[in-house]
Amino acid sequence: MSVIGSFLRRPEAASAISLVGIIAFYVLIGGVNLGTLFGAASWVNFAANLGIVAIPVGILMIGGYIDISIGAMIPAGSMAIAIISGYYGLPIWVGMVGALAMGAVVGLVNGILSVRTTVPSLIITLATLVVMQGVVLAGAKLLTGNASVSLTSPVWAKTMFGGLIGSSHQTIIFWWLAFTAITVFVIQTKPVGNWIFAMGGDMVSARNAGIATNKLTISLFVLSGMSATFVGMCSAIQFNSAQVSGGMGYIFNAIVSVVVGGTLLTGGYGSILGIFIGVLTFSIVSQGIYFTQIDRNWSNLIIGVTLLLAVAMNESFRKFALSPPKKRPGAQRERQKA
Amino acid sequence: MSDKKVVIELRNVDKSFGPIDVLHNINLKVREGEVLCLLGDNGAGKSTLIKTLAGVHQPTRGEILLDGKSVTFDRPKQAQEMGIATVHQFGGTFPLMSIGRSFFAGVEPTKGWGPFKVFDRKTANEIAVKAVQDFGITRIDDGDRLVGGLSGGERQSLAIARAVHFGARVLILDEPTAALGVKQAAHVLRIVNEAKRRGLAVIFITHQVMHAMAVGDHFAVLIRGAIAADFGRGEKTREEIADLMAGGENMAELEASIKV
Repeated sequence: MSVIGSFLRRPEAASAISLVGIIAFYVLIGGVNLGTLFGAASWVNFAANLGIVAIPVGILMIGGYIDISIGAMIPAGSMAIAIISGYYGLPIWVGMVGALAMGAVVGLVNGILSVRTTVPSLIITLATLVVMQGVVLAGAKLLTGNASVSLTSPVWAKTMFGGLIGSSHQTIIFWWLAFTAITVFVIQTKPVGNWIFAMGGDMVSARNAGIATNKLTISLFVLSGMSATFVGMCSAIQFNSAQVSGGMGYIFNAIVSVVVGGTLLTGGYGSILGIFIGVLTFSIVSQGIYFTQIDRNWSNLIIGVTLLLAVAMNESFRKFALSPPKKRPGAQRERQKA
Repeated sequence: MSDKKVVIELRNVDKSFGPIDVLHNINLKVREGEVLCLLGDNGAGKSTLIKTLAGVHQPTRGEILLDGKSVTFDRPKQAQEMGIATVHQFGGTFPLMSIGRSFFAGVEPTKGWGPFKVFDRKTANEIAVKAVQDFGITRIDDGDRLVGGLSGGERQSLAIARAVHFGARVLILDEPTAALGVKQAAHVLRIVNEAKRRGLAVIFITHQVMHAMAVGDHFAVLIRGAIAADFGRGEKTREEIADLMAGGENMAELEASIKV
């Protein structure tokens, strides 16, 4: 009993149940073969790209902020590396540094505006989202005269950032898993993780407790910007070209994954493991549907229903977590007797 | 009582915001192991006074003395470092964090070394639970519980225990009993007495005369930014204090006028 109780008290409980539920639904109703589903690369590749963006977005949300500029930063990262190393022919590492630096600079702007003004970060990052879309489109046209730029990468870069394992799984999967492992460790066990939760719980109290909330906020936005350009950079290396568009879908996909994963939209509550499971759930729903007999046009409906169910579960589990545990096994036995 | 050491003193403190004078010529002393009850109606200047003590505002004129030495606080952090802690009505704690994590927010104990130096959950929980239990709240026994699951009184107690644990000498309690039921308020009053017993200088802001009379050694009534009365325990009756708080009007008459 207490094992179930302590599981349900965790922020990722609802997402884990959603994940199992959705797999069961696809197996029972959709007639999918479990082996085929788990062997498939499509949803894992999708999850890896989404996961790298969703984690920092989720950490920001725990800290009480939101970042939607990632939608423009993914194509910006692709374009940066393609223009620097493809169009101008500079070494690939220069392009990588350029792409990541661009993410860092936009993250810095988002962060500084968030701590210096009282404008909600949704509006600030909406502005930088639109600004960066303009910069990427106009910049690409101005510099290369084209909305699509090709890129040829050396073998080492291709292997590390844009290769395939067993001709189907992208190497970005390793980056995703490593990033997840590191962030789980840091957020769960390091003091800085505690600061982020405190900041999202009550900004003023966190500052009064001596937490450097401004520095922390700016760093989180920088991390988010860099993660998005990293994903863009990897996709340019993978597909040998960069487009000015694309990436907008990531905004909603990332937010849905984070919220399904048990993170509270208003901050102060959540977990990286939950976000990871949320990403898996989202990817299996949207990509796994191709392996079922269900018409794939229904996938958005299933995503919406999953989101509602997961949020409803999150609400009730959070209430449960706030209630005191009945932990003395003796007391429980007595109650059963009575 | 007067043989006890004065911890914090306000001398002729004025505070104005532009042309608006909020505090005039405030003189107050709080000794160690003594509870000063600051009474006053809404808008009397209580909040401005405690914010001045906590370093949020700086006095326009006059001085603040800590242990007899004149001090100025440019930021709330400075006041905190010198041992002046403020606990607000809702405790200033994080509802969705565990008791242990919330207690040590910003000053987390760690174990291990280098990149594997991690938050020491066990130690944090043990210290936090012990600190609260020492104040007599024995119902809190699991540091992993979320703060939001505690009662209002327990959250106040946790916040007070936290302030004391981190070396507070002057404890400013801003209406700690305002949102609480009778039983919960009694808990908090007991905690205030415990803080007093430990030799803290306590400034207790309240609306409720009964709560003030239960723990106060010394009373100061603030009316329109000035100290209208300053008296010791047992020098005035409950009715007299209530009248003072209402700005000198006779509360009995006021109450009578309400009745149809």
